[in-house]
Amino acid sequence: MARYDRALTTFSPDGHLFQVEYAMEAVRKGNLAVAVRGADVVVIGVEKKSVAKLQDARTVRKIIMIDSHVCLAFAGLTADARVLINKARVEAQSHRLNLEDPVTVEYISRHIAKIQQKYTQSGGVRPFGVATLIAGFDHSGEEPKLYQTDPSGTFSEWKANATGKNSKAVREFLEKKYKDDLAEDAAIELTIRALMEAVESGSKNMDIAVMRRETGLTLLRNDHVDRVVKKIEEEKEEEEKARKSSFAKR
Amino acid sequence: GGGAPGMEYVMGIKGKDFAMACVSATAVQQIITMKHDEDKVMRVDDHRMLVTSGEPGDRVQFGEFVCANVRLRNMRHGVKTSTKAVASYARQELAKALRQGPYQSNLLVMGYDEGKGPSMYYLDYLATMHEMNVAGYGYGSWFVLSMYDNLWHPDLTQDEALGLMQKGIDEVRRRLSVAPSSYMITVVDKDGIRHLKTLEYGS
Repeated sequence: MARYDRALTTFSPDGHLFQVEYAMEAVRKGNLAVAVRGADVVVIGVEKKSVAKLQDARTVRKIIMIDSHVCLAFAGLTADARVLINKARVEAQSHRLNLEDPVTVEYISRHIAKIQQKYTQSGGVRPFGVATLIAGFDHSGEEPKLYQTDPSGTFSEWKANATGKNSKAVREFLEKKYKDDLAEDAAIELTIRALMEAVESGSKNMDIAVMRRETGLTLLRNDHVDRVVKKIEEEKEEEEKARKSSFAKR
Repeated sequence: GGGAPGMEYVMGIKGKDFAMACVSATAVQQIITMKHDEDKVMRVDDHRMLVTSGEPGDRVQFGEFVCANVRLRNMRHGVKTSTKAVASYARQELAKALRQGPYQSNLLVMGYDEGKGPSMYYLDYLATMHEMNVAGYGYGSWFVLSMYDNLWHPDLTQDEALGLMQKGIDEVRRRLSVAPSSYMITVVDKDGIRHLKTLEYGS
């Protein structure tokens, strides 16, 4: 096995590209990112790593604008993400200049995925250790869009998704609880609930942002997040109490 | 060269807390007026605009090129590039192209910067740049620049400036044999960019 994981361009006998799989492992170690598509918004939540005392927390941004109508959250190597984001930003303006239309979410997702794939089939490079969640609105059409890309260069559309640490458990939670056409508040609550499955609750540990058609990306204020967290915790306590009392009756 | 560049009319006025532009809205090819409602104002962002004139292809291409690159910079750095920086960037691109394939386009870069207030920069196709209170292009400006030099004062309100623009149009239509038949007036202030008036005359 050791012979097949060095050079990227080599398949292993059982059809694996080990460097790509190792890149996905790097993603699995990255901080959690969650996105939920509502009726007319996309809500994005990311796990906020605690910063060192002397570090300015505001400079660690994990939900990033590509253009005024598209944003991106990622899990994995931050520096690799920065490169992809820069390329996407240039492409977004280039598209506007040449085609007189803003990019569709699908177009820019396909563009980012194409770049990620190129780096799995070139000499002397390694794949990007990043999986992205891309959210936004198309110029025509009403509904919001959410896409995911990964280090292998595949991309697909999602109603709700998670990537990074504990993403499997969080995705399973979303599969159980997701409903179509969620209103904004319900989508925010679902995103926070999903994050709380894997992350310590409270605005100190999570950043939540809402992507809206008219106003673009808005980061929720800490007191807003804490309010929703408090509501969720209270509801969980109620459910716990109800469960215990139903046992006691037997 | 593009038809007759002097036939376009552009006048810009910087007031107390705004900058206003009056631009001819005709798009002319040879002897035919193709459009009467050509909007020659390009929005760079909510508080900055380019008022472009000159060779029809170059005017649009250059304007859109500047807008695209400024927007990219804004995205990358999370800032709103200042009016002066937008003008300086446009000037540099004009200078780079001058001795290769010049953009035959003149433009006013007008904007409102928080804390600083309004500003207006005059740029021409030779990569000249000046910050000015009153500026313009075209034959019409020969009549109107001196009129505005007399009437301008630093505390000009938007209503007064609108009155000045009307005076300028009246003078041009009275004395310039090839005066344009339609005009658009746009203003930028702390509340953003607004189209104020479109004026169409019979001939």
